[in-house]
Amino acid sequence: MDGYAFTLAGAELLALPSGALYWPAQGLLCVSDLHLGKAERMARRALSPLPPYETQDTLARLEEALELTGAETVVCLGDSFDDDAAARALPPKDRLWITTLQAGRRWIWIEGNHDPGPVDLGGEHLSELALGPLTFRHIAETAARGEVSGHYHPKAGLRGRWRPAFLYDAARLILPAFGTYTGGLRSDARELRALMAPDARAVLTGETARVIPMPR
Amino acid sequence: MTLPAPFPDWFAKRGWQIHPHQQEMLARKDEAALLLIAPTGGGKTLAGFLPTLVELADGAHKGLHTLYISPLKALAADIRRNLSTPVEEMALPIRIEDRTGDTSYTVKRRQRADPPHILLTTPESLALLLSYEDAPRIFAGLKRVVVDEIHALAESKRGDQLMLALARLDRLCPGLRRVGLSATVEDPPALAHFLARHPDPCTILQADPGPEPDISMLQTEAAPPWSGGGGAYAIPEVLDEIRRHRITLIFHNTRAQAEIFFHTLWMANDEGLPIGIHHGSLDRQQRERVEKAMVQGRLRAVVCTGSLDLGIDWGDVDLVIQVGAPKNVKRLVQRIGRANHRYSAPSKALLVPANRFEVVECVAALEAVKDNDLDGDPRGPGPRDVLCQQILIAACSGPIDPDALFAEVTSAGPYAALTRPDYDACLDFVATGGYALRSYDQWQRLKQRPDGQWQLRDPRAAQLIRMNIGTIQDSDTLKVRMKRGGGRALGEVEEGFAASLTPGDTFLIGGRIVRYEGLRELTVEVSRDPGRKPKVAVFSGTKFATSTQLSHRILRMFRQDSWPELPAATAEWLALQREVSRLPQPGRLLVESFPHDGRQHLVAYGFAGRNAMQTLGLLLTKRMEEMGLAPLGFVATDYATLIWGLDAVSDPGPLFDRTALREGLEGWLAGNAVMKRTFRASATIAGLINRVTPQARKSGRQATFSSDILYDTLHRYDPDHLLMQVTREEAMRGLVDFGRIEEMLDRINGIDHLALSRVTPLAAPLFLEVGKVPVEGEGRARLEEAEAERLMQEAGLA
Repeated sequence: MDGYAFTLAGAELLALPSGALYWPAQGLLCVSDLHLGKAERMARRALSPLPPYETQDTLARLEEALELTGAETVVCLGDSFDDDAAARALPPKDRLWITTLQAGRRWIWIEGNHDPGPVDLGGEHLSELALGPLTFRHIAETAARGEVSGHYHPKAGLRGRWRPAFLYDAARLILPAFGTYTGGLRSDARELRALMAPDARAVLTGETARVIPMPR
Repeated sequence: MTLPAPFPDWFAKRGWQIHPHQQEMLARKDEAALLLIAPTGGGKTLAGFLPTLVELADGAHKGLHTLYISPLKALAADIRRNLSTPVEEMALPIRIEDRTGDTSYTVKRRQRADPPHILLTTPESLALLLSYEDAPRIFAGLKRVVVDEIHALAESKRGDQLMLALARLDRLCPGLRRVGLSATVEDPPALAHFLARHPDPCTILQADPGPEPDISMLQTEAAPPWSGGGGAYAIPEVLDEIRRHRITLIFHNTRAQAEIFFHTLWMANDEGLPIGIHHGSLDRQQRERVEKAMVQGRLRAVVCTGSLDLGIDWGDVDLVIQVGAPKNVKRLVQRIGRANHRYSAPSKALLVPANRFEVVECVAALEAVKDNDLDGDPRGPGPRDVLCQQILIAACSGPIDPDALFAEVTSAGPYAALTRPDYDACLDFVATGGYALRSYDQWQRLKQRPDGQWQLRDPRAAQLIRMNIGTIQDSDTLKVRMKRGGGRALGEVEEGFAASLTPGDTFLIGGRIVRYEGLRELTVEVSRDPGRKPKVAVFSGTKFATSTQLSHRILRMFRQDSWPELPAATAEWLALQREVSRLPQPGRLLVESFPHDGRQHLVAYGFAGRNAMQTLGLLLTKRMEEMGLAPLGFVATDYATLIWGLDAVSDPGPLFDRTALREGLEGWLAGNAVMKRTFRASATIAGLINRVTPQARKSGRQATFSSDILYDTLHRYDPDHLLMQVTREEAMRGLVDFGRIEEMLDRINGIDHLALSRVTPLAAPLFLEVGKVPVEGEGRARLEEAEAERLMQEAGLA
């Protein structure tokens, strides 16, 4: 399987080019910031009528990652829905699709700042999840160890091109956003420089997962 | 018509004679539409306003009488000052005010409640006024609209938007008369069609064009270089000319070239002649300082770009120098008009070709000016993204009757041929998003009422729509500020340029070298750099392609046996090309191939202009990749495309097959950066993307995502969506310019392929061109891998 292999707090992990994280020892796939229902929320708030295809695109890519890894556990690391109402307004066909993906798997929704409430879809709803040496939560905490989080939608640049990237150092890992309609925060932003150690690395997503020193 | 009192006395007191075209404008003042074409300095503005001043002289009219629209805010303010002179001197009971983006909120509010007799404004401010619910009250009683510099507006979407606004005004104020004021143009009837209220006609008035301009090539000691666009070789002679004249304008085709030239000019300016710089990327305050200094006569020269193309009276300019080939004869003629704002004296201009090929282009342009052979490509029908915005604006002002709005928009020149299905598709896009997948019906932007009219579902949406009115794209530039000393604003650079900078890099802006410190929020922070040589200023500004007409003239010049009109160095160069290879001919496509530096090269002299030659390079290399010819890269100029690769091309014929090229275009367009950039502009104008949102500030950067994602999504799930159609149309006639590739294929009836053993004289300059494009594929991935590895090693992380 294509991906960048590295170790966090003793756990051997694989950063996939798609932006999903795979933990082979646990058969666990983790994705962050899906922002499902973003187009619906933008229309509802009379902001703009975005093309209503992002939920199906995000789910299609998630399905691909599941087929590729055969993961038995799925962790959605928060901001899975653009807001709680967007989760409720999900069209029946997308709802059914999620149910199909959940069949035969342990599925955990971690709560995010966009979707704090439990959603009316299968799976467990947790504020955070501790598993072996790792803790999964939406927003990174300063003193954490072995922490896997999302929230910032990090991006890193190589040869002038910036794209979604994993950021990691000895203490933590921050996942890129997996959702189709998501932007990003450059790794040289103040918030990310403060969180990440000087020797942090960035794993770029795209055609291949490529590691570079985190641009800061 | 004779002038009523007190006008004749006023003219006499000033020692002025009314110009025949001013008289004519007065005589025809009751016509519904008039287009006046007059050279700079011909009293055009007064001609436009005279009927208004006469009609208002008796003080009987209440409320708004005349609306004046100009493309520049500064021009509106300038005209207000100029008009106050006759109004005050004749003690006319007329109130004149301007209203632009710079006008304060209080003044704007008062103007809505109590409009002046004459309101001077811009197309965008007018569109905003029309979006208010009380628009009918604001414009009640309006009699005349004067559109200044209409030739400039007609070249962009700002003009299309303005014509839609006039159509709307016409419905609010029946009997409204419109007047367009234009510089010299190639096709007056087309401009009249643009301005007319369809199906009614528009009368064209031509003023005396004045004396022929005095225009020639600047003679220089040093011969121009083989390539490049700087014109630095001519600095000693340019300085001489500045010394000899009162005020010289030195035009450049791009902002980067203007910056570099200005920097080099100052290094040679030993006596410290006061010389300034002016271009669209500079901070507004800096520009205003230069403008003021010019008007006060404190400057001897200004290095500038198209930002000084338009009508403000900059004082006593008596020489225009154009550095670099003019690319377009019409623009050259309009620029020359900047010199000598007096009607009776000829304007004086000098051309400075930047390189040896441009010498040929400049000579061709001089002949075209002499023959009065102006160029310009017809713009095609009004773009639908602008129509979408107009529908949104209409919805802000009140419920829309779809039939009445259709009648209204088709009375505007650019939309006279709009079909009902195309209009309905735009209305559907504005109302629902117009997607093949119908979702979120309950959240439509517009709702149809039982009486068939459409209205905003959520009236609060009007605020956001109003904030985003306009067709000017400015979203892809970042402000440049000094890091210390109060963070003084210097100007703007393109986002792409900013992204390529690393701390410590130096570049030119406003004629000074600065050092890049970092990006904070959305501002580029810099500090002063004492060095003498910058890395480079590469924020590009607009790059114009050489016009079709000018390209044809150059091809015709190549048929001559000798070129006594050209400087010796250039004539010898062309003769040598004829000896070792061949000169491009009208009706044929010259293709040369030769080995050089371990690579195989192919040059196609298509003479189709920079954009089309760039597209041709992409299409040819794609075909070569498919044919296993391993192309590595290419570079394009206005006249040729140079491709290099591992294998030689033995028969270029199949590469230029029209059907194959067109198929290649379809496939290539899909993922292309040009398409994405075009999409961003159209989606913003049509109201899918908001340039400005009230939330933007607090939600932070990670909340907004790139419009490229929307383009990719539509391309995958809804490829026939209205905005994808608009994007394809725009790109084909804009940056992709496939039309000129077709024009090239139409005019050639065969390929002359010469397989040679070495670089030819005409091909040599291409090797020095900047802007080489690597061919995407294996190569790029390998480069990235190497770079990533190097970075890891360097950081000690590998």
